[in-house]
Amino acid sequence: MVFNIAIIDYEMGNLKSIHKCLKHLNVTSSVTSDPKAILNADGVILPGVGAFGDAMRHLDEKDLISVIHQVVNNGTPLFGICLGLQLLFTSSSEMGAFAGLNLIEGEVVLFDIEKVGKVPHIGWNSVKIQNYNQFIIQGIPDNSYFYFVHSYYSLPENEENILGLTKYGNVNFCSITSKDNIFATQFHPEKSSKHGIKIYQNFIDFCKK
Amino acid sequence: MSLTRRIIPCLDVTNNRVVKGTKFLNLKDAGDAVELARFYDENGADELIFLDITASSDKRKILIDLVEKTGEQVFIPFTVGGGLRTVKDIKEILRAGADKITLNTAAVQNPELIKDSAYIFGSQCIVIAIDAKRNYVKKLYNDNSKVFVEIEDGYCWWEVYIHGGRTPTGKDALLWGEEVTKLGSGEIMLTSMDCDGTKTGYDLELTRVFSERLNVPIIASGGAGTPQHIIDVFKYGKADAALAASIFHYNEYPIEVVKQECDNAGIPMRL
Repeated sequence: MVFNIAIIDYEMGNLKSIHKCLKHLNVTSSVTSDPKAILNADGVILPGVGAFGDAMRHLDEKDLISVIHQVVNNGTPLFGICLGLQLLFTSSSEMGAFAGLNLIEGEVVLFDIEKVGKVPHIGWNSVKIQNYNQFIIQGIPDNSYFYFVHSYYSLPENEENILGLTKYGNVNFCSITSKDNIFATQFHPEKSSKHGIKIYQNFIDFCKK
Repeated sequence: MSLTRRIIPCLDVTNNRVVKGTKFLNLKDAGDAVELARFYDENGADELIFLDITASSDKRKILIDLVEKTGEQVFIPFTVGGGLRTVKDIKEILRAGADKITLNTAAVQNPELIKDSAYIFGSQCIVIAIDAKRNYVKKLYNDNSKVFVEIEDGYCWWEVYIHGGRTPTGKDALLWGEEVTKLGSGEIMLTSMDCDGTKTGYDLELTRVFSERLNVPIIASGGAGTPQHIIDVFKYGKADAALAASIFHYNEYPIEVVKQECDNAGIPMRL
């Protein structure tokens, strides 16, 4: 079978730019909400822009929550982006309290405007790599810049799940997380020029292993 | 290390061609919008803005085609504006691959459009463009509908113009900025009509009052002629991003040079 990446389509955000970025890397990907296609893929991307509660509701309506758990249990690499990172955690306080996928223990919270000045956090910020042993960040120089757009951030319970840290105002937050076959970035690699493209290339190479 | 300030080249396009002249000898076709966008990505632009100056709905397909093609080759955020009037218009452009859209005249005529589109697509992709022009006031008077700001030789307030700067609205720009923020605008692209095209520097007072009063990022626009102007709008205008067109298009100052000079001046830049 042809190597294929499934980009989970649950009506949240700009999926096309991820698809185009993979195409640029000569990788076939399908934007899909079909459980079978997702489970058969060599790697799965969980994208997302928008509100946490809406996103979980859409995933639930499409019966994708258990599918994502199955992907992880099968050992298929899973890559979360932006809201897709936040959904991996236990819960979020975004406009209420919502349960997440609980694949990584931790909470998602809103930036305190007193500590950061402006919310959302929009623009290019640097990432301090915490652990270079992980495949996903190979070849990425420490303190490289990536493009962020978000108002909430994750607080992983276990320090070993923090792969990259970013400072915004007086808040130092987790910008890359990983656990076993799960990786996620708070920033948008597909909008982060060459370093972002390199992260996708690393993910693809990991999926091919 | 911290959040950097952004340098944003602006491309005025019509029929997929950049219309303000460009002078890149190393491009195959200097007027091709996608190729120029790619060139800017490779040379360190932090974002791009396309403004469709034809801005007519019958040409919308051409614009969508441009957005599609840009998305295939450009891997930095890009914003598209010009003539978008409805949620459907916005949806088409975002679906085609734009990261953000700008609204100007349509937002003034129908502020609910900001609220509706921010609700549907998220504030992060709704940029409100405000064209502002100074009205000088010799003596202060009582008027709650205007914000008077002290300038060197007296006071002034800024008035919102629409229809590409042709029509004054009587609206105070700063109060309009506050209103659009409440309605869900994620960023404001603020153009000084007094400075636009002069190449004598940005309107620093205008930029500063917006940056200090509003808690969304301000993209300063209009007046850039030298790297020092860009340094000034970051330092004194407190802008989050600086937009420029001709100084980049004519390659008077390559983006890398501008960014290096900003960095030397202590402004956080992605180099």
